[in-house]
Amino acid sequence: MDQKRSTLSLFEDNDLATELRLGLPGTDDQPEIKSSLSSNKRSSSEMGSNICIDENESRLVPPAKEQIVGWPPVRSYRKNIFLLKRTESETGSGMYVKVSMDGAPYLRKLDLKMYTSYEELMKALQEMFKCIIGLYFEREGDNGSQHALSYEDKEGDWMLVGDVPWDIFMSSCKRLRIMKSCEVKGLGDSL
Amino acid sequence: MFPEEVLEHVFSFLTSHTDRNSVSLVCKTWYEMERWCRKRVFIGNCYAVNPKVIIKRFPEVKGVELKGKPHFADFNLVPEGWGGFVWPWVVEFAKGYPWLEEIRLKRMVVSDECLEIVAKSFSKFRVLVLESCDGFSTDGLASIASHCRNLRVLDLRECEVEELSGHWLSHFPDSFTSLEVLNIACLGSEVSFSALERLVARSPKLKTLRLNRTVPLEKLSTLLQRAPQLIDFGTGSYSAEIRSDVYSSLKDAFSSCKNLKSLSGFWDVTPAYLPVVHSVCSQLTSLNLSYASTQSPELTKIRLVVLDCIEDTGLNTVSMTCKDLRELVVFPSEPFVGDAEVQLTEQGLVSVSQGCSKLQSVLYFCRQMSNSALISISKNRPNLTCFRLCIIEPTVPDYLTLEPLDVGFGSIVENCKQLTRLSMSGLLTDRVFEYIGTHAKNLDMLSIAFAGDSDLGLHHVLSGCDSLRKLEIRDCPFGDKALLANASKLEKMRSLWMSSCLVSFGACKLLGQKMPGLNVEVIDERENLNSLPEYAPVE
Repeated sequence: MDQKRSTLSLFEDNDLATELRLGLPGTDDQPEIKSSLSSNKRSSSEMGSNICIDENESRLVPPAKEQIVGWPPVRSYRKNIFLLKRTESETGSGMYVKVSMDGAPYLRKLDLKMYTSYEELMKALQEMFKCIIGLYFEREGDNGSQHALSYEDKEGDWMLVGDVPWDIFMSSCKRLRIMKSCEVKGLGDSL
Repeated sequence: MFPEEVLEHVFSFLTSHTDRNSVSLVCKTWYEMERWCRKRVFIGNCYAVNPKVIIKRFPEVKGVELKGKPHFADFNLVPEGWGGFVWPWVVEFAKGYPWLEEIRLKRMVVSDECLEIVAKSFSKFRVLVLESCDGFSTDGLASIASHCRNLRVLDLRECEVEELSGHWLSHFPDSFTSLEVLNIACLGSEVSFSALERLVARSPKLKTLRLNRTVPLEKLSTLLQRAPQLIDFGTGSYSAEIRSDVYSSLKDAFSSCKNLKSLSGFWDVTPAYLPVVHSVCSQLTSLNLSYASTQSPELTKIRLVVLDCIEDTGLNTVSMTCKDLRELVVFPSEPFVGDAEVQLTEQGLVSVSQGCSKLQSVLYFCRQMSNSALISISKNRPNLTCFRLCIIEPTVPDYLTLEPLDVGFGSIVENCKQLTRLSMSGLLTDRVFEYIGTHAKNLDMLSIAFAGDSDLGLHHVLSGCDSLRKLEIRDCPFGDKALLANASKLEKMRSLWMSSCLVSFGACKLLGQKMPGLNVEVIDERENLNSLPEYAPVE
């Protein structure tokens, strides 16, 4: 923390003519913004939202919908070529399901065919989302995990993962959702 | 003081835009002289100036080059409909430059109406180069073909074209014989082959021909026979059943192309057909095999573009055989797969840096890197001018020591004193920016993603990099402080892009208010995404 304070003081030493600060001199910098921007070049229907940024917010929110948008930085026509090549050469298509995590604004996609057991799937998900997930049947033993994994089956019902044999799960799973353990109650009873 | 005729003669030797800009600042006389004899104008940011101003200042212009959207638009970071429309420019040019001959556009939106105006307004029109543009269809191309009697160059580089019909090529009249460059590689659907063949046959000056994927391999020899004078050839799909008659006629066709220097295309390669190219290999300076997911043969060239399927072993071969190599580009064959099946690591790049003493420019996608490799590369190749490294997984550390890659990139900027372009990836702290600010005095363009710890990082770059003109940043914890403290620096730059950082709306507004020379724009999408591109005036 001390290091941070001393480095930030660098900015105070700058030429006053170029130093711009928010707010009146003597007040704290509180970049609270309420009004919307009107652009003088292009009008955009999106420019109306109120933005409030907490200065102490250190967590970066990735702006992606599925994978990280625009990463790795290859042009879209290059992506398409390889996607095409892969699906052509693969024997049978992959079983891609969307995976969402409560609280995270981005989705990922997983190919279920890459895994042969729940353990492998869990490992991959925990790696991907950097969290600890407890399996349904482990909950009895209470491994203290904060997250649980549920899936949407062919009938549109949400079930806890781990209840049925792997093969049956694989053929009926349409989507995955990593949810907070505290929200799980009642879900497993929907069978 | 020299008489005007002498000055004008001297100025005619100045072709670089920066030189001409400098010359026009010397005194009023030189400004006036220069503006009357400037034939080509370059506008790096179409929003930096009004077209009327350009036309008024440079009345004798014959060629215009314009750039629109920011670089990160290539990676879907700029929303649809953002801008970069060439329409207002074309309308003004039609009025002010009736003798316009050349238009070169990059990342701009070009409508069919624009193309029609271009086709009908400029009787001497010769060159149309559209790079990474979109907004037009084959109808627009048909207008160009119908009306541009003196067209020499039609170069569509990686454009997104709405393909309504393949017959636009037939709109070139039979009397049209001036074509020198035809690049339609980006078109996805079939063009009329007979029209293409007739066009090639009646274009004796054709030097560059880049076909699209739909032209089959079997038809290549027909085209090559009609154009043995080609210097730059891009094949279509390079895949066919193996037939000896096809093979031998293709081989003969390539052999008769004595001037061929550049090869590209090679979609869907049937490896058995690659050897036909061997007869021209020794004369090639550029080879783009980035659509061919097979290993490339040993070839001598100056510019090599390949996929990571070349693997470390292939690059090792390159390092031993391609002694004139100046530019290496390695694209990822499977950019969205976590574990690579291809054996391409940092070793490949290290080998090339050791063996190819003329290597200046690198764009390299890989999955692991180490500080020691980067240090080796920097020591092997202090003559690097462009170093772009993309480690596919963000924020990945040195795979050997698990440390950030600060020291490695620091070594690059310290040893490669002529470095003008740098793109970084991997785990990076504020320290790397301190190195960059201290050493990268010639750096013109810097791209950063998922790096740094605090505003100090950005401050180092803005305050230290004297030559910096283009800076693009995504997903870094840079907020308002460094930006506001270095506001005057921003005026000297062409553009700054920041997305998914910690810049507040208030800071943007303040910047816009206090620095009237800057265009400050905020893009905010429904997900509360806070992106900030800024544009400094061209001066």
